[in-house]
Amino acid sequence: MAAVDDLQFEEFGNAATSLTANPDATTVNIEDPGETPKHQPGSPRGSGREEDDELLGNDDSDKTELLAGQKKSSPFWTFEYYQTFFDVDTYQVFDRIKGSLLPIPGKNFVRLYIRSNPDLYGPFWICATLVFAIAISGNLSNFLIHLGEKTYHYVPEFRKVSIAATIIYAYAWLVPLALWGFLMWRNSKVMNIVSYSFLEIVCVYGYSLFIYIPTAILWIIPQKAVRWILVMIALGISGSLLTMTFWPAVREDNRRVALATIVTIVLLHMLLSVGCLAYFFDAPEMDHLPTTTATPNQTVAAAKSS
Amino acid sequence: MAEAEESPGDPGTASPRPLMRDLKAVGKKFMHVLYPRKSNTLLRDWDLWGPLILCVTLALMLQRDSADSEKDGGPQFAEVFVIVWFGAVTITLNSKLLGGNISFFQSLCVLGYCILPLTVAMLICRLVLLADPGPVNFMVRLFVVIVMFAWSIVASTAFLADSQPPNRRALAVYPVFLFYFVISWMILTFTPQ
Repeated sequence: MAAVDDLQFEEFGNAATSLTANPDATTVNIEDPGETPKHQPGSPRGSGREEDDELLGNDDSDKTELLAGQKKSSPFWTFEYYQTFFDVDTYQVFDRIKGSLLPIPGKNFVRLYIRSNPDLYGPFWICATLVFAIAISGNLSNFLIHLGEKTYHYVPEFRKVSIAATIIYAYAWLVPLALWGFLMWRNSKVMNIVSYSFLEIVCVYGYSLFIYIPTAILWIIPQKAVRWILVMIALGISGSLLTMTFWPAVREDNRRVALATIVTIVLLHMLLSVGCLAYFFDAPEMDHLPTTTATPNQTVAAAKSS
Repeated sequence: MAEAEESPGDPGTASPRPLMRDLKAVGKKFMHVLYPRKSNTLLRDWDLWGPLILCVTLALMLQRDSADSEKDGGPQFAEVFVIVWFGAVTITLNSKLLGGNISFFQSLCVLGYCILPLTVAMLICRLVLLADPGPVNFMVRLFVVIVMFAWSIVASTAFLADSQPPNRRALAVYPVFLFYFVISWMILTFTPQ
């Protein structure tokens, strides 16, 4: 138990004597709030690195986490349980979106913005908007690319909405699930200072997809270079958001495992954006050239042969 | 139906009065949507007949005349139905989860009735499409759809916005915007064979 030196209060002189009399007595140490709940980011006194304070949030995040443990007390079959995941105001959602668009090095998105109040509103409606943004922009872009062609008949391509919805929602739920499972497994082997709940990971992934909404709209521009620059910018922003969020969670681990995790996260993100670009948006300018250059050659060859 | 003072349980009397009364109630709500004022009629006497009629009409009008409508890429009848009802249910759940004090069926009723301007837009678009195709044709349809879209949003917000606390109003209204935007897109991109 605690050493006798720690309990040297002036008024309670007999505490020390009672402890020496009965060393097995349980004592309540109310000085240090850093040891109790399991989602504790860790006592700032324990590690000497100052950047931990910024990454892990300031001190009242401890209190909000203790209170958050008491918040979700309704059983999961009641409506009130699910209402706790929608307990956000308009300005909070805007703040989280702004935080996802401007990832500042050293600021952890989860600690700074989510602060133990993960919401499902943001991820769900950002994914819904993204599904329709991709489907509609893809349709518009194909229409504009094929506009002059005689053989092109416009179709709304409604099937693609369901495909887009499956892809986006699967990514937004299954990848966080896999990542959470992986982090829990590593946590059992290596003591990590930072650990995230499943909903916090879903929240980060949902908000990190927000940048793709303006990107999808700008993908209507039928220039290959522009589209790839947009892919790079979007991947840079959301990739750095995810990296800065998950690096503290794997930092304590084996070096190669940590790097492999971060690389996988970014790689999956890139796969999503490049895959959506390739599937929903036809390649620009490639379809025009063969049809316009083939016919003069054919007429010249026909003239020569006759 | 919301009120059931007269029970039609007696098999001998097949009176037309409840039908006329219901039709009049539906018609009255149509008027309330077309001229949105701060009244409680839509909320107090909710019914789902109006939304059903509107949804079926819209889905039928979005069908094409061609035999192989599968290749066409437009929404099938069932798809329109699913989008309208699934979308309305999702918005209602979202509104309730955010802490709104509107009942489930009242919200469905409002959202369904406010499709009326867009159904009118679909009708106008089908008539306009009988003329020659071209950019002018498209511009007219675009204008009509935009006006009706704005009308739907204004009508539904007039009824739904009061049920949310003011610090979450935008969060509850945005999905309504997305819902009517998707329906407007389906109407605008309708191309007959």
